[in-house]
Amino acid sequence: MKADPVRLQLQEVQGPSALGGGSRRFFDLLWLVSLNEFKKTFFGTFLGYIWSLVRPLMLFAVLLVVFTKVMKIGGEVPHYPVLLLFNIVLFGFFQEATGSAVTSVLSQEGIVRKTQFPRLVIPLSSVLIALFTLGLNMIVVLVFILANGINPMWTWLLLPVVLVPLIVLTSCLSLLLSALNVRFRDVNIMWAVAATALFYMTPVLYPITIATLPHTLRRVLLVNPLTPILEQARAWVIDPSAPGAVAAAGGWLHLLPSIVVFLVVCVLGVWVFKREAPRIAELL
Amino acid sequence: MLQDLELMAVEIEQVTAGAPAGSEFATAPVVIEARALHKSFRLPTHKIDSLKERFTTFTKGEYRELRALRDVSFDIHRGEFFGIVGRNGSGKSTLLKILASIYAADAGRVRMAGRLAPFIELGVGFNPDLTARENVELNGVMMGLDRTEARKRLGSVLEFAELEEFVDMKLKNYSSGMLVRLAFSVMIQSDAEILLIDEVLAVGDASFQQKCADVFHEMRDSERTVILVTHDMGAVEHYCHRAMLLHDGGVRASGDPEEVAREYLRLNFEQAPTAAGESGGTADVVIVAAELQNADGERATTVEAGKPLRLSVVLEARRAVEGPSFGLALMNADNVQVAGIALPLAPDMGDRLEAGQRVRVSGEIENRLAPGRYVMQSWIHRNHSFAQLVLHSPHVLDFVVFGSDVDGVVSLDNDLMAVPE
Repeated sequence: MKADPVRLQLQEVQGPSALGGGSRRFFDLLWLVSLNEFKKTFFGTFLGYIWSLVRPLMLFAVLLVVFTKVMKIGGEVPHYPVLLLFNIVLFGFFQEATGSAVTSVLSQEGIVRKTQFPRLVIPLSSVLIALFTLGLNMIVVLVFILANGINPMWTWLLLPVVLVPLIVLTSCLSLLLSALNVRFRDVNIMWAVAATALFYMTPVLYPITIATLPHTLRRVLLVNPLTPILEQARAWVIDPSAPGAVAAAGGWLHLLPSIVVFLVVCVLGVWVFKREAPRIAELL
Repeated sequence: MLQDLELMAVEIEQVTAGAPAGSEFATAPVVIEARALHKSFRLPTHKIDSLKERFTTFTKGEYRELRALRDVSFDIHRGEFFGIVGRNGSGKSTLLKILASIYAADAGRVRMAGRLAPFIELGVGFNPDLTARENVELNGVMMGLDRTEARKRLGSVLEFAELEEFVDMKLKNYSSGMLVRLAFSVMIQSDAEILLIDEVLAVGDASFQQKCADVFHEMRDSERTVILVTHDMGAVEHYCHRAMLLHDGGVRASGDPEEVAREYLRLNFEQAPTAAGESGGTADVVIVAAELQNADGERATTVEAGKPLRLSVVLEARRAVEGPSFGLALMNADNVQVAGIALPLAPDMGDRLEAGQRVRVSGEIENRLAPGRYVMQSWIHRNHSFAQLVLHSPHVLDFVVFGSDVDGVVSLDNDLMAVPE
């Protein structure tokens, strides 16, 4: 046995916590758990990854028909089909991550109650798995973009600038939902409904600048922190002539509500999870 | 005044659980120091676990406070094999989970030197959809190794478990015996300075059992600190340098393993009448002692598959009982009753037990039990009527049957053979 003098000092045991047991262990566990889970869906079923692609593509196909043939909104938006697919894939990441995170802590009950497992890993691995899927789906989006005759632009390199806030928002919301769901088991059901509502309250199907959008509805959309993220992504990736997040909102001032909501969700998520983490094992 | 003094003396005795002077470890450095640990659980009489209820329930939730640990302090020194024993509900598991950083203590503190690897349950954290290779790596990382170290350990883990050829098989396709071997192997190959082991002895077939016993002996004599939580007094006396008995959340006794084991057994039978009272019995007859014995008549906690169970139970009548009969049931680990036996108590004594009279029930029971852990329950009735319960003791004793795995709950002798037709 190595007698490392530093480690053999008596040290206070901190008890269970969100991070629990060192950051290297935390990241190793996060990576391994997510990778294993991803591999399971990838290789575990007959068609594997195809299934996680079929869903957004089906949704895309249906919506495309509805919005270009039936409601004819798509006509006035340049590259509407590609934009629609891109938005569906981005929102799909948000929905998949939060949707699986909300029940994650409950479903990992065995691990939480019987091992010294950093609690934070559990909801965050939901986000990381969704991120893997997002990465693969982006390849499909890229093919569509090129097939649609959009030339590569240098602003594509700015995509991470919008992805980072998207990932941060998704992660923090995942923390909030997974911690709340331990105390109140119906958060899961409520979130399923709320996420569907949010799909229509986010400019996924149409850009916020569309002329037919009523003014009050526009206000509502501008509270949603996902709105500026999608708007900016559109300007940088699909259509350089589209206004960015600031211009689409009508100035920095109008962007403020969504920034406030963003910050509130982030602070609340981290605070609630940190507060709940030590007691999660007892509440399960 | 005198009463106060006595009380104090008791309290002081309760909180000292350090190594006795003169023990070989008294001078070794302390690796775990627990001071005044308290833990309560608030058990709501009606649990509110949805938002809907939160908003529709107007009465303030009522709670019953369960004090799982009260003022528990102890020191464990480096290299010690330390046993923690106690009846169900004594606070053992809570203490374990606090040491393992799964629960947070309400008050008090724990200080520790070095890394602790907890094994609360064999194979917990194993993912059935992953292969042994992936699971061993995951488990290693969970125990605090980095990924390269965890992968390096794979060889030795599989070698000990004798599962090298199944390295890329998913755990869901493992037999239960293989799973247990892998889990045990992962545990003992962990290189943490402190091991925390909950009730996991007695796994696998006889040869693997022997291997495990060897490992425990090795650990006992090594620098490594082991904390073992168990019901098995045989294991406590066999392996532990020192043991601690928890009762109602407090330290009841600590020190010499044999004394602690004796105290545990005494406590177990002392409690039997209360248990019977709770389950409806009148406790006019109580169990004074109960044990399984080996061929030499010594107390045994393990029995080899196929060898008869030699039982000895001593009963004492507190009040006279007409037509007494005694029943026992063997429950397996899944709480399934595997066998039941009923017999009238000493018909030659006039079918009546006088107050103060003692009876010994002893003899051999045929053993077709599959390997595993068993608990013996027992009943005493009056007037030979199942409706008139005198005593129900849900845990008279437990024992482990070891041997090679069989399918099912019993193994049946047979002379089946295949012949050409």
